[in-house]
Amino acid sequence: MTLLKIAAKSAWNRKISLSLAMISIAISILLLLGVDTIRKETKNTFINTISQTDLIIGARSGPVNLLLYSIFHIGDATNNVSYMAYQAISTMREVKWTVPISLGDSHQGFRVMGTNSDYFHYYRYANDRALHIKQGSPFVDIYDTVIGYDVAQKLNYQLNDKIILTHGIVATKHAQHDDKPFSIVGILKKTGTPVDRTVFVSLQGIEAIHIDWQSGTRSPLRISAEKASQMGLKPKSITAFMLGLKNKIDTFHLQRKINEYHDESLLAIMPGVTLARLWQSIGQFEQVLMIVSALVLITGLIGLLTTLLTTLNERRREMAVLRAVGAHAYHVIMLFMLESVFVVAGSCLLGVVLLYGMQYVLQPFIAETYGIHLGISLLDGQQILILMVAVLLSILLSLIPGLIAYKRSLQDGLMIKI
Amino acid sequence: MNTPVIQLRDVRFRYAKQNQDVLSIPDLRIYQGEHLFIQGNSGSGKTTLLNIIMGITLPDAGNIQVLDQTLLQLSSKQRDQFRVDYLGIIFQQFNLLPYLSLLENVQLPCWFSQQRRRLADDVEKTAMRLLGELQIPEILFHKPVNILSVGQQQRVAVARALIGQPNIIIADEPTSALDADNRQRFLELLFLEADKQNSTLVFVSHDIYIAQYFSRVIELSDINLVATV
Repeated sequence: MTLLKIAAKSAWNRKISLSLAMISIAISILLLLGVDTIRKETKNTFINTISQTDLIIGARSGPVNLLLYSIFHIGDATNNVSYMAYQAISTMREVKWTVPISLGDSHQGFRVMGTNSDYFHYYRYANDRALHIKQGSPFVDIYDTVIGYDVAQKLNYQLNDKIILTHGIVATKHAQHDDKPFSIVGILKKTGTPVDRTVFVSLQGIEAIHIDWQSGTRSPLRISAEKASQMGLKPKSITAFMLGLKNKIDTFHLQRKINEYHDESLLAIMPGVTLARLWQSIGQFEQVLMIVSALVLITGLIGLLTTLLTTLNERRREMAVLRAVGAHAYHVIMLFMLESVFVVAGSCLLGVVLLYGMQYVLQPFIAETYGIHLGISLLDGQQILILMVAVLLSILLSLIPGLIAYKRSLQDGLMIKI
Repeated sequence: MNTPVIQLRDVRFRYAKQNQDVLSIPDLRIYQGEHLFIQGNSGSGKTTLLNIIMGITLPDAGNIQVLDQTLLQLSSKQRDQFRVDYLGIIFQQFNLLPYLSLLENVQLPCWFSQQRRRLADDVEKTAMRLLGELQIPEILFHKPVNILSVGQQQRVAVARALIGQPNIIIADEPTSALDADNRQRFLELLFLEADKQNSTLVFVSHDIYIAQYFSRVIELSDINLVATV
């Protein structure tokens, strides 16, 4: 108790240099915790790019490949799923809902997805977030389109603007569906998922723009937009589809059933499992960030060590006085330990306060810009471990000045000549 | 006189890596209630002698008894405790911790020693009484020590050495930073207070001028048999 009081008063006497050390450690703790929070939220956002969809079904290829083209719109499908197979699976008794996905066209570099309005109803991300239409409504008419947030932002689109879709992924002048413009009826809110960079149209719309196309080029036989819309178009095939079950217990069973589907070679994947696998291969950068942050923390602690070491000489007298009034030599070590624990515990507290403060201030901005939802929550076990390691390291480092002062106090005895 | 409170017998000491002793004292006895002045020039081993009496350094040979306790039999931790329990110490200068108030500085030994705390009774009251008797103005009691003059600081150090009635007061050139007026007043107060609680005073200095005030004066070179170079 006595020692604690003396250590506190002594530290307070050197409050300027110590609080500087405290602030620099607090900032490194803020960085470490901040990176950790962002990394976890990023991972969480990524893993939850699509949620509550039990299976994604496409033509047989690799699971990651299917996930990449159906959800992230990276790469292309090797094959399509026939509409017949889609309908057959949709009507299986375990199935609650299905949403078709038809890819292949683009608009100014953004992918176009043909689907139906169920997509906006069933697509979920970040556990249970539904898509919200910021302005307008889902598509009704065959030439209606709903665009993602980034598309509207980047291309500066408003409701009722007309857009022209491009055949294929690469924009060329000769592959424009310029005879059948689409009208923007809805703009989605930011989600932080590939949805933001997607142009949604109905499956019928996809069929209509391709009605007079054959094997990638426009046929000389043109069919006008009005005419096409009246033809009652039925798609022959789709790229993939999402599927929700009545009962999750059926997931494996249905997955196997679809994988062994006899009429067509299909692949069903569980998106969560495949996303986690994908993250493992691309999520290495998070470790690099953590290592960098840890190094920053160590730099801060070495700063504290420097501060303690530079005071050693001026504190020589202090130690001699304390020894004269009965402090044992190990009390001297304890003084240094307590002091660095004060500083680092203060840093931890300050760092956590700063972290919460910054989360509170930046949360709306980050959610809007990156679609990452930083929930302000209590520190998790890992983060508390980080703080404990910081305090532990400070105790270890304080042994250096502590032992030096201890050794000196034995040599000096009580008499020190100034 | 009665039995000695401090007794050195055939004590020899040399610093590591030196080929000559700094101290070789066949016999030194200091008695209860004495005001002993040990005179010695700088480098004559005064401080080493005090360190040995206080149990900071152990002699290479010989025996040292303080208050019937053979210091060599104690562990270093026990010697630390023994020191604060029975000895009050005054340095040449910078006796006080700058981050504590006057009162807290005076109370320091009682924080580390149960015995001193018990003997001081009401520690804060006793500290205030001692400071008052040593002519420190009451308005300064709760102030930081760095606003004091050197003379005042040394008197605060006396109060700290006296609190809890230690049997022996050890003073290492406490007057060397004081002018003549302050020096005299310092000594008078020191003697008065030491006598009040019947503490033995061991005072070390090179300043032969103040030797006249002491009941017994020892020339260190007389009892230290080391050949002076």
